[in-house]
Amino acid sequence: MSTLRSPFRSRMRALTDHAVTGLAILATLIVVTPLIAIFAYLVVKGAVSLNWAFFTQVPKPVGEPGGGMANAIVGSALLLGVASLIGVPIGIGAGIFLAEFGRGTRLANAVRFTADVLNGVPSIVMGLAIYALIVVPQGHFSAFSGSVALGIMMIPTVCRTTEEMLLMVPHAVREAALGLGVPNWRSALSITVKTASPGIITGCMLAFARVAGETAPLLFTALGNEFWSSSLNQPIAALPLQIYEYALSPYDDWHRLAWAGALVLILLIVLSVALVRYVTSRGVLKGAS
Amino acid sequence: MPDIRASDIPAASPPASSPGSKPAGADSALPAPLTEVSAQRRFLLSRGNSALADRVFKWLMVLCALSIFGIVVLIVWQLVLRSQLTWHAFGFRFFYQTFTNPDSHQPMYWDPVNSLFSAVPFIYGTLVSSFLALLMAVPLAVGTAIFLTEMCPRALRGPLAFLTELLAAIPSVIYGLWAVFVLVPILREHVNPLLTQWLGWTGLFNNDNPTGLGFLAAGVILAVMILPIISSLTREVMSAVPHAQREAALALGATRWEMIRMSVLRNARIGIVGAIILGLGRALGETMAVTMVIGNTPEIHRSLLANGSSMAAVIANEFTEAVSNMHLSALIEIGLALFMVTIIVNAFAQVLVWAVTRGAPAQTR
Repeated sequence: MSTLRSPFRSRMRALTDHAVTGLAILATLIVVTPLIAIFAYLVVKGAVSLNWAFFTQVPKPVGEPGGGMANAIVGSALLLGVASLIGVPIGIGAGIFLAEFGRGTRLANAVRFTADVLNGVPSIVMGLAIYALIVVPQGHFSAFSGSVALGIMMIPTVCRTTEEMLLMVPHAVREAALGLGVPNWRSALSITVKTASPGIITGCMLAFARVAGETAPLLFTALGNEFWSSSLNQPIAALPLQIYEYALSPYDDWHRLAWAGALVLILLIVLSVALVRYVTSRGVLKGAS
Repeated sequence: MPDIRASDIPAASPPASSPGSKPAGADSALPAPLTEVSAQRRFLLSRGNSALADRVFKWLMVLCALSIFGIVVLIVWQLVLRSQLTWHAFGFRFFYQTFTNPDSHQPMYWDPVNSLFSAVPFIYGTLVSSFLALLMAVPLAVGTAIFLTEMCPRALRGPLAFLTELLAAIPSVIYGLWAVFVLVPILREHVNPLLTQWLGWTGLFNNDNPTGLGFLAAGVILAVMILPIISSLTREVMSAVPHAQREAALALGATRWEMIRMSVLRNARIGIVGAIILGLGRALGETMAVTMVIGNTPEIHRSLLANGSSMAAVIANEFTEAVSNMHLSALIEIGLALFMVTIIVNAFAQVLVWAVTRGAPAQTR
């Protein structure tokens, strides 16, 4: 008892407390520093080289200054659009199954586990698998195979958020719909899913933002392209691929373009994440994400 | 007027609905009691039989769910199929064999031209860079989580949490870009010489690599990348600790740190370990940023400042330029191994996180 009460001991305890508080603040500062540094570099270096040509021109041959990433921007949009067409319906469907039909069944648990497994597949391995599955039988690289890879990577996120959001819809809403004689499928689609739609859209946007910056699955599927292409059957350029290629090139001009491309990409992603946060911070699904 | 056909009426429907089997226009000719079919009932009958639609809908959803299985099975099947060549040639030795260079008599691991393949340097590179990343990221992430859940003023909590989550939204290739042009020069000019000077005697920091690329650069950028996932999960398990635990410790006269140590960290420790392992899973599979800064040489060096390669990096780097089918097959087998390891690591981590957050009160933000 006496040691606990001794002034030295209690001063030591207070000191330790202060030291730990200081360390925790320091850790937080260190964590925030790279974030600020990355954004500062992106804005400073990217904004300098961002000009109208960046959005309207295709890459110039090596050695010629100027040029832009118009083809990569269009390519990314196409890839992501087709990927969403593949990933969102399957993801939402699986989410509806988990929340409405499969509750507590063994199949639902297995699906949930598989979705987590799929979520953990390294993106480069996804690229390998789609290469083996689509590129090899087709005999050539294509935008379509890249879209499939990205679409599959969207499924787990969409599926799990859809399930979570649907589970938050009160039972009384479903019962009210069924009590009015609304068929099951109609109640699921027009009542439950509609009620949960802000959250489901959030999930889709998060999945979109996640795959928008993916490079590894595109390396051996979409491959990249120096020229205009809007065919799903041809190799296609994408912003992340172009950034990767230009960052590792020895030309200063290409480095500048890489920074500009990175700035455009991050703006796209941050905007969608911020939008999601804005949508979820108001409305019924507050605190849901 | 709704048009009702006989086929639309469920077999089990009450007799009152039988007039519906006639065309709706004949309603006026019906006996009096039957005209009392309410408007709602008639409306509902006009919607047709939902049993078939319900079944179709349900099976569509089941199909979506099953397609997730299908995808995972296809992935594994394709990877196994396409790596048969090296599997038959080397078997399990692929993961530990070493060759000797006939000229220099140095150990050698990876020579695509002569069809000598061994995954050893890549496994080594993946492990070293990931553990370096954990070493740096874990104390920072746990510190941040402690600050955000236990100490931070309420007004700062939201924005700071948002900032750390924003780190998770930055694409890997942008981390790589930043690392190549900002981090690597800093390491090369300032950090590496100091490390060599102070810690060179350990043999871990031999500054004979003028590029600044290597295991250390990969470890640092990986640490930045896995910080948000560890930190946000740690925050989650720490907020799952009941408040009564904290109050009990404080009531006994504990200082804030003693309270955190005894009530929060002690109760959340399994979940924190889970979060760390999940971060490890992320680090193991990370490709682009590592590829850009690790140096891409299939060698094993004791020095952390030396060039190396990792499992994901070698696939990204060599796959499109593979010289033979054997080379492709070797790369795919590395991919398969990476897949297996990440699955096991992730599953283990999930179980740990579930064990803690299961049954916890809903998180309030």
